[in-house]
Amino acid sequence: MNTLKKFLGLVWMVLGPLAMTFLVIQAIDKVGLTHTAIERTNTILQWGIILFIFFPISLGLMIFGFYAWKGEYERLPASSEEL
Amino acid sequence: MSEALPKNNIFKVIGASSLGTLIEWYDFYIFGSLAVIIGSKLFPEDAGASALINTLAIFAAGFIVRPFGALVFGRLGDLIGRKYTFLLTLVLMGGSTFLIGLIPSYKTIGYAAPILVLILRLVQGLALGGEYGGAATYVAEHAPENRRGFFTSWIQTTATLGLFLSLGVIVITKNVLGADTFADWGWRIPFLLSILLVVVSIYIRMKMHESPMFSKLKSEGKISKNPLKESFNNKANFKMVLLALFGATMGQGVIWYTGQFYAQSFLENTCKLDFNDSRYILLWGIAFATPFFVIFGAWSDRVGRKWIMLAGMLLGIVFYRPIYQTFLDDTDFSSVSQSEIVSSTPSIHTVLLDQSQDSLRTTATKIVLKDGASFVKLQHDTLSVAKGIVPAKELIKDKVLSKPVFWKFIGLIFFQILLVTMVYGPIAAFLVELFPTKIRYTSMSLPYHIGNGVFGGLVPFIATLIASFAGSTPLSGLWYPIGIAALSLIIGTIYLSNKRDEHVND
Repeated sequence: MNTLKKFLGLVWMVLGPLAMTFLVIQAIDKVGLTHTAIERTNTILQWGIILFIFFPISLGLMIFGFYAWKGEYERLPASSEEL
Repeated sequence: MSEALPKNNIFKVIGASSLGTLIEWYDFYIFGSLAVIIGSKLFPEDAGASALINTLAIFAAGFIVRPFGALVFGRLGDLIGRKYTFLLTLVLMGGSTFLIGLIPSYKTIGYAAPILVLILRLVQGLALGGEYGGAATYVAEHAPENRRGFFTSWIQTTATLGLFLSLGVIVITKNVLGADTFADWGWRIPFLLSILLVVVSIYIRMKMHESPMFSKLKSEGKISKNPLKESFNNKANFKMVLLALFGATMGQGVIWYTGQFYAQSFLENTCKLDFNDSRYILLWGIAFATPFFVIFGAWSDRVGRKWIMLAGMLLGIVFYRPIYQTFLDDTDFSSVSQSEIVSSTPSIHTVLLDQSQDSLRTTATKIVLKDGASFVKLQHDTLSVAKGIVPAKELIKDKVLSKPVFWKFIGLIFFQILLVTMVYGPIAAFLVELFPTKIRYTSMSLPYHIGNGVFGGLVPFIATLIASFAGSTPLSGLWYPIGIAALSLIIGTIYLSNKRDEHVND
């Protein structure tokens, strides 16, 4: 199980930037599809919010993956004194 | 060992905490339920769909700031205590909700109206971000260690009951005042009513005592000097924050909002169900499923929190698409045969189009079927002087279901909310047990509000966005909650422990 935890850590580390790249591509694509000024403003606002929120979360997923890869989750703390 | 209170005292603690939290959820959700009307009051009359989109953006802003509220009030709660912090969040939430009910419309004060509402909505989001962690921590720190899941699950019922209350107050106010008066000024009543509920709740909470564990830490001089630093700058604790987010709260959030928010939006906007029918289905589903929060919370005290939460996610992943496909199939009236129709009553309305001889003819035909179902078929035709009749695409709306299908839908909504109770019932106890007393309020609030507020709160918005992509189907939007729940299920299964921490007073 510990090997699996470490191996999947790599997956999470890659998944973070992949998810962000996917979102940026989608944002460019969807904003480009709109024509009128008001539609464009709304679309930029919507995608801007999505990117703003999910960027730090993707970063968090990368850090989570890094910790998993380093074996930090092989044994979880048994009491608060370990935190 | 935690110092458990006598049974009647713990129920007083639960009652006082839950009432305030329920009111905060009520305040938070009435805005979303009234988005269409609020949009028409806050923006110019000719703004059309962009008014609704902007109103939904204001609604979403409340979700987005919840994690910031978790940081601000979580820090306060770990510094000055649980009692005074969640008293403050209650005042902020109640005050801002009441003021939203008083904001003049766009006609009176122009763009100051949406700006003021946005500010108040942000205050609401911040307050809610601080409230939940405080209430859950407060109850858990009073509860006996072998029944923490059971006692905190009462707090977990409040979000769903807050939604129930908001839907109920809106439906009753609208039925009493009539649709026109409600649209004119009656929509303000659910907001104004909040102040009465908040005053009662503040009175009750003022009589409460500080959490015994926090009081003990304070008397020993062991409270945290800088909860934010200790929560997120300490690797050992921060890795648990990340684990709680990706392995539990993220999946819990999407299951919660798919079952209770996206379901209603899907029935109303995609299936074109009648306004009242879609709300009654949700109200019945909530009423039947709510006791299961307590059942799963109590069960988690015996078998652990992990597998109950993850089973809820797994069932959502497997059953969402079949459930929503059934919604679509059972509301498809496009191929109704003549033999099924009992009556067909058309009403025709014609208006002259500006600056031309052409006119627009609207034919609304109410069709009633043998099984009791009905719907309105809407046809807009342009009567052109030059081209004759130019027909437009037929629309079907205001669908009312037959009794058997109505109850079948209640069953399907009940099942989805049952999954909500599985993922949400045990999660307060799970989060409380993950972090130490001195930084518990801060540490548990952040993953909860990112998972629930951001991943969950954005389900209707992102799912609707995906469903609007080229080549998508009405079910495509479900890939967002299914994907997030699947990711959380995998992480939770592999990394989470099912062991219950009995010593939360450390």
